Amino acid sequence: MRNIVTLVIAALALGTAACGRKQVAPEPLPPVEQAPPGEVVAPGDVELTELPAAQADLIAKAGSDTVYFGTDKYDLDDATRATLAAQARWLIANPNVRASIEGHADERGTREYNVALGERRANAARDFLVSQGVPTARLLVTSWGKERPVAPGSNEEAWAQNRRAVTVLVR
Amino acid sequence: MKILKLTVLTLLLVATSAAAQEPPPVEVDIVGGGVKSAVTIAVPAMPSANGAGDSLGRQIAEVIASDLRSTGLFTPLGPSGIGGYSYAQASSPNYGEWRGAGASALVSGYVEGGASGRVTVACYVHDVTAGRALANQGFTVAPGDWRRAAHKCADIAYSRLSGEGAFLDTRIVYVAETGPKTRRMKRIAIMDSDGSNHRYLTQGKATVTMPRFSPRGDRLVYTGTLAHKPRVFVIDIATGRERLLVPGGMITFAPRFSPDGRRIVFSMASGGNTDIYVVDANGGPPQRLTSAPGADTSPSYSPDGRRIVFESDRSGTQQLYVMDAGGGGQRRISFGGGRYASPVWSPRGNLIAFTRIGGSFNIGVMDPSGGGQRILSDGWQDEGPSWAPNGQFVMFHRTARGSGATTLYAVNINGGAARRMPTPQDGSDPSWSPLQN
Repeated sequence: MRNIVTLVIAALALGTAACGRKQVAPEPLPPVEQAPPGEVVAPGDVELTELPAAQADLIAKAGSDTVYFGTDKYDLDDATRATLAAQARWLIANPNVRASIEGHADERGTREYNVALGERRANAARDFLVSQGVPTARLLVTSWGKERPVAPGSNEEAWAQNRRAVTVLVR
Repeated sequence: MKILKLTVLTLLLVATSAAAQEPPPVEVDIVGGGVKSAVTIAVPAMPSANGAGDSLGRQIAEVIASDLRSTGLFTPLGPSGIGGYSYAQASSPNYGEWRGAGASALVSGYVEGGASGRVTVACYVHDVTAGRALANQGFTVAPGDWRRAAHKCADIAYSRLSGEGAFLDTRIVYVAETGPKTRRMKRIAIMDSDGSNHRYLTQGKATVTMPRFSPRGDRLVYTGTLAHKPRVFVIDIATGRERLLVPGGMITFAPRFSPDGRRIVFSMASGGNTDIYVVDANGGPPQRLTSAPGADTSPSYSPDGRRIVFESDRSGTQQLYVMDAGGGGQRRISFGGGRYASPVWSPRGNLIAFTRIGGSFNIGVMDPSGGGQRILSDGWQDEGPSWAPNGQFVMFHRTARGSGATTLYAVNINGGAARRMPTPQDGSDPSWSPLQN
């Protein structure tokens, strides 16, 4: 865990010019009862390990790890498709990592609905990556709802930055 | 994780003083738009029966007065600034003296120490205007649980004088928030309904939202985070132990218990679609209840467990729907010309609270067929209603524009200003416990 934290700090220190750059260190597992002996933990229930060096490379080569959406929308515009196509090329060239496609919503929706909306956005981005040749098995889809804004304002500019899907590289 | 001792209260039923007929509610005339006139009620410090400690009698009166003030229906007098009474006068007060002080009602009683340090609190509620006792009851508690006795006494006064059910001896669970909007720390916290006995149930390392009590108040279900996904967890409040409800990596969120506590209804998002599922509260294969294209979420059972209200945007905008508990008969109930979300069925079954989305978010109630809609709050972004167990008050959180600061509020469904709930930090996603035994 210490090594990962050190890498994250180093990666952040290298510069945060990229829009929508994730700023939060990977979170440890919340306290959960241990599975009884003999019971297998499902693969989807194992915590993810982020890859800050690979993430920086993705951003450098694809231009961005984040794509944006209109209010209450989850369709992909031309700029988004171009960015995702570049991400897809990177993922195909780097087959040893997976990606968690993470959808977000701005603060102007109710909490539950925004989880669903974030998932629609992530799902749309994931489907496009698959259409560009990335194997489905390498892509996870999730939603942060409105819980993780990158822009703190309550104005159109901030909301536009928060309506996004981020391609987060994981082991 | 601290272990919370579950309290067992022994209720001693004391013979009621003769009241030939059930007196009508005293001057609490609730019409649409608010209370006509608050009842002035005296709450002097309770005397000690046997040297149990006068300070405890004063503290009990302070809790009772604060509880009654919080209902919005009373103007309490005391315990500071008013006279007291002797142990002998607890059941037979000098009504003329209290009339002279301007009170129409009085809460009296006494505190008595007992075996093993246990404390008995006797509680009497009087109609001062008519000069007679209305109710009395005694409560024996462990010394650390004296607040429970005070809340129980306040509940007797409140329910006898308003005609409504009790709700003050309850707890609130909610999400305590700190930090800037872009790095928010969220922890599940629990407290008494007046903000006392506050403690945290999670450490804040993972994003947590929407905790909800089980019907007996012994467990919580909430949406946590695992592998970057929203996941439903169940916590045993006394032990702090928790488990993942639905293993297997699916996005699950917005859970609620069924009224019998045996099932948990929740949302699952997959492939760009979100539907409602139900599962045994101890785990197992989830049963799918909705399958329409769209975001179906925020399910809430009717108190008889036979129906579920939920929100869906299958029509193009977020609206409220009701279905049978097995998923059949899905029909829209909101036609008020807005968008509607986060519905919660009242424990009395007669109303559904919701968040109405327009230029702002506001809390409102409607009857289960969708009629009789009224809006109860007026913030920029009020959402996430939760009912008090008597179906008279709704708690919600208000978000401030810009700062994102969140605050808990409670509002009487009959109108009036929402009251801010005391929390040590910001708070959101409140859930009101059932009435404690």
